Amino acid sequence: MDCLLAVPNVNLASVIENIRFTPILKNHMSWVTKTLSSTLGRKLIMALTGLFLILFLVGHVSGNLLLLKGDEGKSFNIYAEFMTTNPAVKLLSYLTYISVIGHVIYSIILTRKNKSARPIAYAETKASTNSSFSSRNMGILGTIILVFLMVHMQNFWYQMHWGDIPTVTYDGETYKDLFAVVSFSFQNELLVLGYVIAMGFLAFHLSHGFASAFQTLGLNHKKYSPAIETVGKIYCVVVPALFASMPLYIYFTS
Amino acid sequence: MKLTLKVWRQKNNTDKGGFVSYPIDGISKDMSFLEMLDVLNEELSDKGEDPVHFDHDCREGICGMCSLFINGKPHGPQQTTTCQLHMRSFNDGDTITIEPWRAKAFPVVKDLVVDRSSFDRIIQAGGYVSVNTGGVPDANEIPIPKRIADEAFDAATCIGCGACVAACKNASAMLFVSAKISQLAMLPQGQVERKERAEKMIAQMDSEGFGACTNTGACSAECPKGISLTNIARMNREYFSAVVSSENV
Repeated sequence: MDCLLAVPNVNLASVIENIRFTPILKNHMSWVTKTLSSTLGRKLIMALTGLFLILFLVGHVSGNLLLLKGDEGKSFNIYAEFMTTNPAVKLLSYLTYISVIGHVIYSIILTRKNKSARPIAYAETKASTNSSFSSRNMGILGTIILVFLMVHMQNFWYQMHWGDIPTVTYDGETYKDLFAVVSFSFQNELLVLGYVIAMGFLAFHLSHGFASAFQTLGLNHKKYSPAIETVGKIYCVVVPALFASMPLYIYFTS
Repeated sequence: MKLTLKVWRQKNNTDKGGFVSYPIDGISKDMSFLEMLDVLNEELSDKGEDPVHFDHDCREGICGMCSLFINGKPHGPQQTTTCQLHMRSFNDGDTITIEPWRAKAFPVVKDLVVDRSSFDRIIQAGGYVSVNTGGVPDANEIPIPKRIADEAFDAATCIGCGACVAACKNASAMLFVSAKISQLAMLPQGQVERKERAEKMIAQMDSEGFGACTNTGACSAECPKGISLTNIARMNREYFSAVVSSENV
């Protein structure tokens, strides 16, 4: 301190500034942040988070098929316990949360930029002649899915983690009876209807999102694009249909 | 043909503007859309009114100067330029709505004329190759496979009219920029500035205020030259590989 004060005209603020933002750090980071804040960088984040969520849905739907096993929820409850305690699954679940939040935040940033790019709207447009309904309404479809997601997480995810739910014992081990919560929830026809309709919106969102993510990543190729499109079309029907079948099955069998 | 034209009139960039309807008669089915507007302007001039301002130049479909958003579509109902659109695409008694391109990056100058110099600035940022001056090089001095030449040429057919921006729900310029990046990225002459080109042109595109791409495909569907969406995928590859490997930090 003595030494510093002994030097005339030392601006302490500029000293701190230089320590915090050394040119090396500044230079090493600027290209990353610059890239991720360009329109293409933001689209890259949308595509990567979207594709991760597409993978997540495959895992989610396969695991939940245990609901339909007909063993009064034993395998489903053991699976639910594993999914909330296993460290590797924990890591994946954090990646899922980050992907959902990132996908939402970047969609808002991009939508705002896109809206500002056309301050005066056309009096007449014939957009349906040149593009699909889903591709033009990804934001609206996504917003509906987000509302569904919040309801869905309150219904089961919150209950499993912090809710007061019954327990069952299998082979001397105690488990949370999430199956009972699910079975009870899907006695409510409004909730069942809501879930089925939400899966319809998810199907439309995925019908564009699946192939679009690959296009954004630059993966457009004569050899692979037709396969990507076909897989996308199958995926966007099969996965939401399987999800929708669960509340319907529980409602009509109990 | 007897028609009603609902035309966007706007005195200047700061004027609010609005639609004015003009009845028009005696239009031949063989006239081009621009010739039909010429007839309207003759009549307006005779009456001492200000004619409708619109952009046009070659009237051969190759210069990219004409524009117009006709009945909800850029360049009207056919996938061509407005100058190559003919009145036989319309029916007697139709009302035709004519608007300028709508985009923040394409401000209206007057009536249907918009300022597309944002496209020029994107080209200036990197849409060129630096060549040595001197004698004319011999033909086929640089061997280029036919398939590559064709693909580069397909991208190069972009006339920069801006229909892609006009058609896009986000007023995105990605199809234009991707065509301009692609035509050079595929050829040997474009390799020297390849990475810098992708980085600079996209930075310029962003700063001009164009929107992002939602991959709706509207741009390609409305493009008078049929520029393909594969160019946008190529641009994305060019950009991502450029930012991770270029010398620009």
